[in-house]
Amino acid sequence: MTSYELIDTVQELKKLYLIQKEELGLRLPAALTQIQQDAFNAFNQLGIPTTKAENYRYTDLKPSFSKIYKTALSSQEIQIEEDALFNCDVPNLDTQVEFILNGRYVARQLDLTVLPSGVVYGSLLNAWSEFPELVGKYFAKAADYKDDGLVALNTALALDGFFLFVPKNRQIKDTIQLITMLDHTDNLAVNTRNLIILEDNASAHILVCDHTFGESHFLSNSITEIFAGENASFHLTKMQNANNHSTCLDGNFIYQQANSQVIANAISLHGGLIRNHFHVKLDGEGANNITSGLYLTDRNQQITNHTLIEHLKPHCMSSQLFKGVLDDEAIGAFNGKIHVHPDAQKTEAYQVNRTILLSDTAKMNTKPMLEIYADDVKCSHGATIGQLDDEALFYLQSRGISKKEARLMLMYAFMDEVVSTIQIPGLKERVEELVSKRLRGELSRCNHCDFKCH
Amino acid sequence: MLKIVNLKAAINGKEILKGLNLEVKPGEVHAIMGPNGSGKSTLAAVLAGREIFEVTEGQIMFEGKDLTTLSPEDRAREGIFLGFQYPIEIPGVSMNNFMKTAVNEVRKYRGLTPLTAGEFLKMMREKKELVEIDSKLTNRSVNEGFSGGEKKKNEIFQMAMLEPKLAILDETDSGLDIDALRIVANGVNKLKSSENAVIVITHYQRLLDYIVPDFVHVLYNGQIVRSAGKELAYELEEKGYDWIKKEVDQLEAN
Ligand SMILES: Nc1ncnc2c1ncn2[C@@H]1O[C@H](COP(=O)(O)OP(=O)(O)OP(=O)(O)O)[C@@H](O)[C@H]1O
Ligand SMILES: [Mg+2]
Repeated sequence: MTSYELIDTVQELKKLYLIQKEELGLRLPAALTQIQQDAFNAFNQLGIPTTKAENYRYTDLKPSFSKIYKTALSSQEIQIEEDALFNCDVPNLDTQVEFILNGRYVARQLDLTVLPSGVVYGSLLNAWSEFPELVGKYFAKAADYKDDGLVALNTALALDGFFLFVPKNRQIKDTIQLITMLDHTDNLAVNTRNLIILEDNASAHILVCDHTFGESHFLSNSITEIFAGENASFHLTKMQNANNHSTCLDGNFIYQQANSQVIANAISLHGGLIRNHFHVKLDGEGANNITSGLYLTDRNQQITNHTLIEHLKPHCMSSQLFKGVLDDEAIGAFNGKIHVHPDAQKTEAYQVNRTILLSDTAKMNTKPMLEIYADDVKCSHGATIGQLDDEALFYLQSRGISKKEARLMLMYAFMDEVVSTIQIPGLKERVEELVSKRLRGELSRCNHCDFKCH
Repeated sequence: MLKIVNLKAAINGKEILKGLNLEVKPGEVHAIMGPNGSGKSTLAAVLAGREIFEVTEGQIMFEGKDLTTLSPEDRAREGIFLGFQYPIEIPGVSMNNFMKTAVNEVRKYRGLTPLTAGEFLKMMREKKELVEIDSKLTNRSVNEGFSGGEKKKNEIFQMAMLEPKLAILDETDSGLDIDALRIVANGVNKLKSSENAVIVITHYQRLLDYIVPDFVHVLYNGQIVRSAGKELAYELEEKGYDWIKKEVDQLEAN
């Protein structure tokens, strides 16, 4: 075992906080600096989570936090090749493309756009200065920094990210494509913060594409808070395709009111060490949540999907489906919990995790958990870890299909169930194509957005 | 076309085929009958290349090639087709994509260009008519939720699509209703020519009224113990297998 020295990176991050406070402190809204200070104090207590913590049992963050990184303040040095960035649109998809580079919103025209309809989108930092009350009402309300070191770290350090506000009764028809990019000649640690607010009856779709440029080692600790008001509808798809030296810690905190509907998918194609965390609170009757994930993990990459679905009110429905294929020495984990609070009668909650191991050396840990304090509920969970079905393979081969192609067909079939949960028009087909390219090993892990190459 | 000499095959060290001989020439129809567990499906699987069975001795020559050296897919491309006794369900793989991939891989092997989308659809339509299979079925995943009879029909549909030289139909008649039996048999007969051959594995003489065999073989305890014309099937229908078993066992005892 290599022993790692965490202290340097953590010290660097703490130093960064103090520098930020000194340089920017006075220009930031007081409400934000207060939260940052609280979060920093919390981080000083909590530190980087270790595998002793139940929620991080399968994700060893030590190696990731033991590398030397530059920190986000220096990201301003990067020259943005606008053409390269803005070319990245998903073809055949009506999208509004937005960029986050090294944790900072990259404005095409305005840092913050306010539409006549009342819709606001753009830089979270700008939103803080222009709409401090609105932002202050929601910021850090879903992602609790008091009990998780990574959330505390992000809350203390993150300055910017994407902000979206959709007022009552407004629908955003086009998909918003948020491209979050990490690009630096040196190793870089970045904390990004997104805040998405949908008021009652509002709706929006966001496609997030996580990318890295070049071969530097990146440590990305990002948090997205999502608030869905009564009867609001939100659809989030994440495509993760970062280089294999990266660490992607991605926390999603979703707060849902009555009759709201949120669908979230995390499609993990590449990314060194990925930890997706979904914390959903169903806090109004009739709220509905579908969270799913798909992982294709090989070499010595690691993937963890961690969920906590809290049913706080009666008559809510949640459904989780996580499926993936592990090859080579890949390590996967699913740590999923359904928590039904005493008030939440008539809850329906389902959870499934299925993994196929393609090699003897790949490893999967799966730990589904039900914690139920109401008596009138319908809950189920299931987990399987297996190989490709030999008989099915033979059946396909016996019709003249090569073993290689037959394996691809079966893997693809296995994963299609997850891809099918994507309901953004046109996107499902594109994801299908990407997944199939990834399966064939044709998906580059490198420098450009795979959405544009076809 | 097919020549099997002294074939022995085992699974997990247990010998199932114990020195089996069989020769099939183009244009012929062979029926293989025999008690449960005698090795009929094993023979079919070994011919198709199922790797869990180990060929321990003997030879299988197909059109002059040693079959045992070929992968299952290459056997299929050479023209061998196995209609499974228990066709498996493959959720998530559409019939359409499955057949398109299969037909084009077989064509590639034979040096033909892939079918265009139009040609493929036309072929699907023609073959569907031939075996009277519902489009609703071919729009679904492979065998998923098909009834027993529908699965069997689907096997014949796939056979029609792939146009094999040698089709081995393992109990394709079981589970079929009377109409479906007639349709399936008609399908097989329409695809029959002087160039290709069929081996039907069955328990019932009834099928052989529709698909008339040139030879009927009895497989018992891993060997073909009796071969005759189609009259043998009537005899078996009437008398069962006991008399043959007795004869064979006696012979072995001596
Ligand atoms: N996977 C296996 N593992 C162990 N034994 C097997 C396996 N497959 C087949 N056998 C055995 O091999 C023997 C022959 O089986 P096979 O399926 O070939 O019989 P069959 O003649 O097709 O019978 P049926 O008329 O019932 O279809 C049986 O005793 C069976 O139990
Ligand atoms: Mg059988």
